[in-house]
Order: sequence, then structure tokens, then C-alpha cells
Amino acid sequence: MTIQTRVIFAICYLILCPFIIGLLDGFDRKISARMQGRRGPSVLQPFFDLKKLFEKEFLTANKSQLFMIRSYLCFIVLSGILFFAGFDLLLVVFSLSTAAMFLILASTSTHSPYSAQGTHRELVQIMSCEPMELLVAVGFYLAAETFNISEIIAGTASPYIMYLPGFFVGFVFILTIKFRKSPFDIATSHHAHQEVIKGVTSEMVGKEYAMVTLAEWYENGILLGIVGLFFLTNNILSVIGAVAAILVVWFLEILIDNTSARVKWQLMLKLAWGVTIVAAGMNLFLLEIIKG
Amino acid sequence: MEMLVTALICLPFLWAILPAVIHNSKCRAFFVYLGCGIVIVLSVFTAVQWYLAGGQTLDFDLPYREAFDGVILFGDLFLMCLITYLSFKYKKGVISLLAIVQTLLVAGLEFFGPELEELPALRFDWLTLVMILIIGVVGSLIGIYAVGYMHGYHIHHHKELTDRRSFFLAMIFVFFGAMFGLVFSQSLIWMYFFWEITSVTSFLLIGYTRSDEAINNSFKALWMNLLGGCGIAAAIAVGILAFNTVNLYDIINLAIEHGTGAHTLIFLLPIACLAFAALTKSAQFPFSGWLLGAMVAPTPSSALLHSATMVKAGVYLLIRISAAMADNYVGNMVALIGGFTFLAASCLAISVSDGKKVLAYSTISNLGLIVACTGCGYEETIWAAVFLVIFHAVSKSMLFQCVGAIENTTGSRDVEDMQGLMAIFPKLAVILMIGIAGMFLAPFGMLISKWAALKAFIDTSSVYVSSLMVLFICFGSATTMFYWTKWLSKILGASPKEKSRDLTKKNEYISMFFHAFMMVALILGFPWLSENVLKPLSEDMFGTVKQVISYQNIIIMIVLLVGVFVIPCINYLMTKGTKAKQVITYMGGANVGDNFNFVSATGDPKEMHIANFYMEDIMGEKKLFTPAIMISTFIIIVYMIIVVGGAF
Repeated sequence: MTIQTRVIFAICYLILCPFIIGLLDGFDRKISARMQGRRGPSVLQPFFDLKKLFEKEFLTANKSQLFMIRSYLCFIVLSGILFFAGFDLLLVVFSLSTAAMFLILASTSTHSPYSAQGTHRELVQIMSCEPMELLVAVGFYLAAETFNISEIIAGTASPYIMYLPGFFVGFVFILTIKFRKSPFDIATSHHAHQEVIKGVTSEMVGKEYAMVTLAEWYENGILLGIVGLFFLTNNILSVIGAVAAILVVWFLEILIDNTSARVKWQLMLKLAWGVTIVAAGMNLFLLEIIKG
Repeated sequence: MEMLVTALICLPFLWAILPAVIHNSKCRAFFVYLGCGIVIVLSVFTAVQWYLAGGQTLDFDLPYREAFDGVILFGDLFLMCLITYLSFKYKKGVISLLAIVQTLLVAGLEFFGPELEELPALRFDWLTLVMILIIGVVGSLIGIYAVGYMHGYHIHHHKELTDRRSFFLAMIFVFFGAMFGLVFSQSLIWMYFFWEITSVTSFLLIGYTRSDEAINNSFKALWMNLLGGCGIAAAIAVGILAFNTVNLYDIINLAIEHGTGAHTLIFLLPIACLAFAALTKSAQFPFSGWLLGAMVAPTPSSALLHSATMVKAGVYLLIRISAAMADNYVGNMVALIGGFTFLAASCLAISVSDGKKVLAYSTISNLGLIVACTGCGYEETIWAAVFLVIFHAVSKSMLFQCVGAIENTTGSRDVEDMQGLMAIFPKLAVILMIGIAGMFLAPFGMLISKWAALKAFIDTSSVYVSSLMVLFICFGSATTMFYWTKWLSKILGASPKEKSRDLTKKNEYISMFFHAFMMVALILGFPWLSENVLKPLSEDMFGTVKQVISYQNIIIMIVLLVGVFVIPCINYLMTKGTKAKQVITYMGGANVGDNFNFVSATGDPKEMHIANFYMEDIMGEKKLFTPAIMISTFIIIVYMIIVVGGAF
């Protein structure tokens, strides 16, 4: 991959990602509403919300929160650039977990009971997901013998899903946690009347909340990108398959979100780790045997 | 060079007499500073001298070799008598049996065993270079810190205890001498002697306060370490009887040469014994108890035991023998124990709130990662292991000192009591943060090494070891992140208290700031270190050089590094002037005008305390500790039976 293509990919990610994910979010709301028998807002609603949030008066319980949230956003974007410019997959995962730490620090800096509770639940969520994220990188290394994303794509004629079905299942499972969807919307809630209020984002208002939303869009872009990576090959037409797979996974998440009720964090941890060990662990073991 | 090395080994032993006999506090402090200063200068000077001379492996003897041999034999017997006396005095006579058996075995073979070829007793190579710098610099800084700390310990906090500072400071110097001797020795008999000294001094340091708990824990440390000593004694016995040598490198080379073939296990037997000894010393499960018990000792000795010296002796030996452990039973045993310890100890660290205990578990867990790397025995893993040793020594020593200083200042070392430390004691909080960041954040040393280790484990040839190790690392990373992040968030949280007076002594700060400086220098200098120290090291050990980490990734690491420092700073400066309306946090309408109190059920204001998650019902010590011991004991017993049984 030349430097020029890397730069182009990075810029495309930077500009297009919020639009695409924002739009997907809009459709998400629409589809969810229809499933619940409501009309639902316009698909552009997420952008209106974001605009409104940025224009609001800036209220805060602790001013130092703002710079940590900005750092959170910057790190997510940096990880995304590393990913879409085709660098090391394992380092992308490491960099994402560093970014998450800034969100944790931002939310605990206020000494608010709700955001503190949300923070710790968020930490449990991260702990539930992290092994699987690392294992996905391991899986690609086993199949492609490199962590480098551009080499991973260039080095295969058949999609990786053939070697890594277990890793894929495990990853899709933790995506529900990553997207903050029910039954694992433990750290934040879509519904303000519940016991977590808004969890980790309770004390974030106006532009702070807008930035967190934006950061989540950028992060979701990376995560859906990893889903796509399972289906990409050195054939350019495989992009169609990857996009289709991403849309299917995305719809599946909406379906799960609308058909399940929140579980306790203990159960989430056990389920996430259990699925990781069974699905990814078995796949890992078999792949090692095949590769000898 | 011989003279410098002789001075490096002997001077700390002799210098130990000074603090032991001088009882005037000021005068003694002066001599301790001077001694530590000399040790730092001497170790750095020796290292630089050797580096400039081209970094050739040197085999040599101390002048008056026969005299030293005599001293060592006499010393072994003296240590045996001391242990026997103390264990009978405290009614734990059984423990002395361990000491008597191994010492008599070694001494007996020396007297009545076959005549051995006289080989040089010492060796200086790249690994020795790394070790003497760690021991010399980090160890001595702990010595400097100890003077101020012990003053505060006795004058402000523990007036009831007998003041045995002279003894304490003397022991620290003995420790330095023993560690220097250990990393230079190539004769196992010499190594055994220095090994025993570290066991006994750590035992004496842990029992410093002479409380019941301290005495119990110190004996626990003693018996576990003596068990390890038995491992070395057994290796010496096998070496003399089967191969007619006590030279460490001969034994390693024999094991490598005969690694494949029909009667291999007899060659692996001494390696297995040494590996067993190293596992006890580096506090891996099932021998982790002694390191946790060592927490009762004053902070400088915990720092000394945990970071720079004692536990590093174990991993040092493992790194030495790692080439002989590649892809065989011993290597598999060491890797599995290490990986398992990495995961189990990091889970246990989640459930404890005592700051020093968190550090203790994290030490065990990090050592587990290093041990796992050595068990693999590939170039990449050794690269990662040496890096981890360096980074761990610096950051852990700094963290211990910082927690010690916080305890001396606030009277508590509980993580829950560190709420908003950043606002109350900013200097201490910053040091603590650098240390914590160094332990787990991208792109600090730990992560670079973890990257390399994970890559190497995937490439390991044994399928089930490889799969298990990958799972251990992935899950262990997640739990590691959990306990460090929650600590970090506690420090940076808001606090109702105002900035208050810091009781930390100047010399404690000197030591801590120097550590912080070294930490940053190490991160910045890691490409250089990799190129100029670790490359020749692996060439020495494996005869080949491999580019472990690509230039592209080094650049990404540097970008991330700059990111971690620069992004928050720029954002801080950019948002500093933002106009904001100060509001209070949401408490369902029960605030009492600020963020720290709420209206309780009786209508009175009550202070709100926010606690971290500890997950005691999932990760608690009660739940996990005993199973962890049982599983790891099982692994060791099974593999030892395979190796020992196969050898005869």
C-alpha cells in the first residue's frame, strides 16, 4: 500500500465515517420505532441532535472533564486512522483501549453517584469485550501470518470468515456490548427513567455529550470495519460482500436490541467470556492444529 | 575489569558494616547516601566501560579464587547454622531441615565428590549488563529513599516499634552485594551461595518489625525460598554426578545440544531443577504467598524485594536458561505456570483495595508474563522478557515508593482513601500516575512487550501451549486494565478536601523523580535500547538476530506516545479558557449545595462516598486463591514427574 492510498483512506474515514454511521443510527431509530409500532423520527434526526447539542449552553460540574472528552475523541479518531490506513491491527486494539480510559477518567472526575456507577459498569463492559477484541487480532494473525491490515487484505483470495467463523461469532456477540445495545446497555441507558440514568454520560451535557456521541460514531466505524475485514479479499468486488455482511450484522444488532431486556453485569461478564472462550477459543485451537 | 567487578561484589558487603555499627542517625544517613552513590557510580561505570570495550563476553575469576571458594563454603555453613538457630528460636524447627539437607548436599559433594575441572567462576555478558544497571541504579535509589522513609516510619508512625534502622540499612547493602554476585556467577556453587544470601536477607527484612504477623510471613518466605534453594542444590548434584561440571553454561549447552534425541531427559533434569528454583524466587503460583506476606515489611524492603532485586533473581535465571527450554517439557511447564499466574494474579488484584497488595498482585502477574516469555524460549519472547524486566523494575519501584510516601503522609494506603489525590497532593499523584500508566497504557513499555509476546506465543510450536498462552494473555490484559484504570480514576476524581501539607522527605522525592525521569527516558529510548543492547543480547544467546518489531510499528508507537502526552496537553490548553456555567452533579435532587453531600433519609446532610467495584464474589481471594494454588501445583507436579521419571 502506498503512502498516497493510506492518506486517502484516512481522509475518507475522517470525513465519511460520521455521515455513514450517523445515517445508520438514523435508520436504526426508524427501524426500532417501526418494530415497536411507532412512526419514529426522520433518519436525519441524529445529525439534528448533534447540532443542537453543540449549540447548547456549556454547563459542567467539573471543567477538566472537557479536555479528557476531547482527548477521548482524538484517540478514537487516531485508532480509526491507524485501522483504515491499513496499519497494525493489534496496535489499533491497544489504542482503542487507551482511548476508552479517557472516557472513564472524564466520567469519574465529577464525583457524581450516577456517573460513578456508570463508569464502573463501563469498566466491566470493557473487561468483557477486550479479550475478544485481542483474539480477533490473533485470529487474523494466525490466518494471514501478519497483524498488518493492508497485508491481511492483500494476502488472501478467499474471505477469512472461512478460517475464522468462531472468531466472527464471538466478535458479533461482543458488538452488542460495544454498541451499548440491550441486553447489554449496562453502562448507559436509552431510557432516562431507569436506575442508571445515563450512566457513564450522566454528567455530560451540551458539547461534551456531542463529542462523546461523535466519538462513538467513529468507534462504531472501526468496529464495523473489523466485521468487514472478515469478508474482504484481494478481489475488489469482495467489498460488496463486506458491505452486505456489515448491514446484516447491523440489522441483527437492532433485532437483538428490540427483543431482549437488560441483564445484570455479572451475567454479561460470564456470557461474554464464555462465548469468547467457547467460540474463539475452539476456533483458535483448531486453526493452530491445521496450521501445525 | 576484574577489579571493577570484584569491587562491585565485595564493596556492598563491606559497606554494610558501616550503617550496622554507626548509630548516630545523621552520620549513618550520610554513609548510606555515600554508599548508594558509590554503588550507582560503580555499576554505571562498569557497564559503560564494558560497553565501550566492545561488549565482548568475558570469562574471568576474582583474584584469590581459592580464598573466595573457602569463604563461600564457610558462608554456606554459616547461613545454615543461622537458619537452624532462628527456626528453633521461633519454634519452627522443621524449616531448618530444608536448609541442612541442601547445604550438606552441596558441601558434601564439594568435599567428597569427584574432582572437577577448574573453570572461571564469573562471566560478564549483555544480560549481566542489563541486570547490574537495574540493581545498581534502581536498587541504590531505593536505598536513598529508605533513609528518609525509615525516619518517618519510626518518628511519626510507629513509635511503639524498636528502632532497628541500623540493621535494616545494613541488610539492604548485603542484598546489593548478593545480587551483584548472583548475576555474575557462572559457577552454580557460587550462584547457590548468593541465592541463599538473598533468601536469608529477605527473610530478615520481612521480619523487621518482629510482630507475630511479620514473623509468620518471614518464615513463609524463608521456607518457600529454601525450597527453591533445594532446586539449585539438586541441579548442582546432578551436574557433578552426571556431567562432572557445575558450570551453568556447560549445563545449558549440554541441554541445547542434546535437546533432541533418545535420552534427552537426563540433560533436561538440571534445567528443570533450576527452573523450579527460579519459579519460587519469582513468586509464581503456587509460591506467590511469600511475596504477598512480604507486604508487612516497611515499604523500602517491599520495593526492594518486588522490583529491582529479589524477584528479578528468579527471572534472571529463567532468561539465562531459556534457550535450553525452547519447545520441551521444562519450557512448557514454565510457560504454563507463567501464563496462568499472569491471569490469576491480575484477577485477584481486582478484588483487593489495599494499595500495596494491589501492587503485590500486579508484581506477581507481571512476573508471570515475563516467566511465560522465558518459557517459550524464542528470540522474540526473550526480547519481550528483557524489556519487561527493565520497565517493570523502574515503574514498580516508583509505585512502591509513592504508595509508601502516601501512607506516611495521609496515614492510609488504601486505594479507596486516595479519592481526589490529584487535588490534595499533586506531586505524589503525578508520580503515581506515571507509574500506573507505565504499567498498562499504550504505548508504554509493557505494551510494546505484550505485543511481541503475543506474536511469539501464537508462533509457539506446541498447539495446546500456544492456544492456552494466547487465551491467558488476552484475558489477563483485560483484567489488568480493570484494576489499574479504577485506581487511576480514583486519583483523578474530585475531592472535598483542600490541598494539604506533604510530609514526604526531600530524599524520597529525589528518588521518585529520578525514577519518573528514567521511565520517560526509557520510553523515548526504546528503539535505541532494542538496537544496541537487546540485539547483541539475543545474538549472544541464539546466534541469530531477528528484527522483532518492524520500523513501521516503531513509528506508530512513537505517534501513540506523542499522542498520549501531547493530545491531553493541547486539549487542556485549548479548553482552559472555555466559558462554562458551573453546576452541581445530578443526585436525584438530594444535593446539599455541593457534590459531596446529600440529604439522608433523616433529613440531615450526609457525606457521599463513592466506592470502586471489587467483585469479591467473582474475583475474591477467598474464591480464587486456593484453586489457583491447586491448579499450579498440579501443573508443576505433573511436569516434574515427566522430567524426573523420564531421566532415570
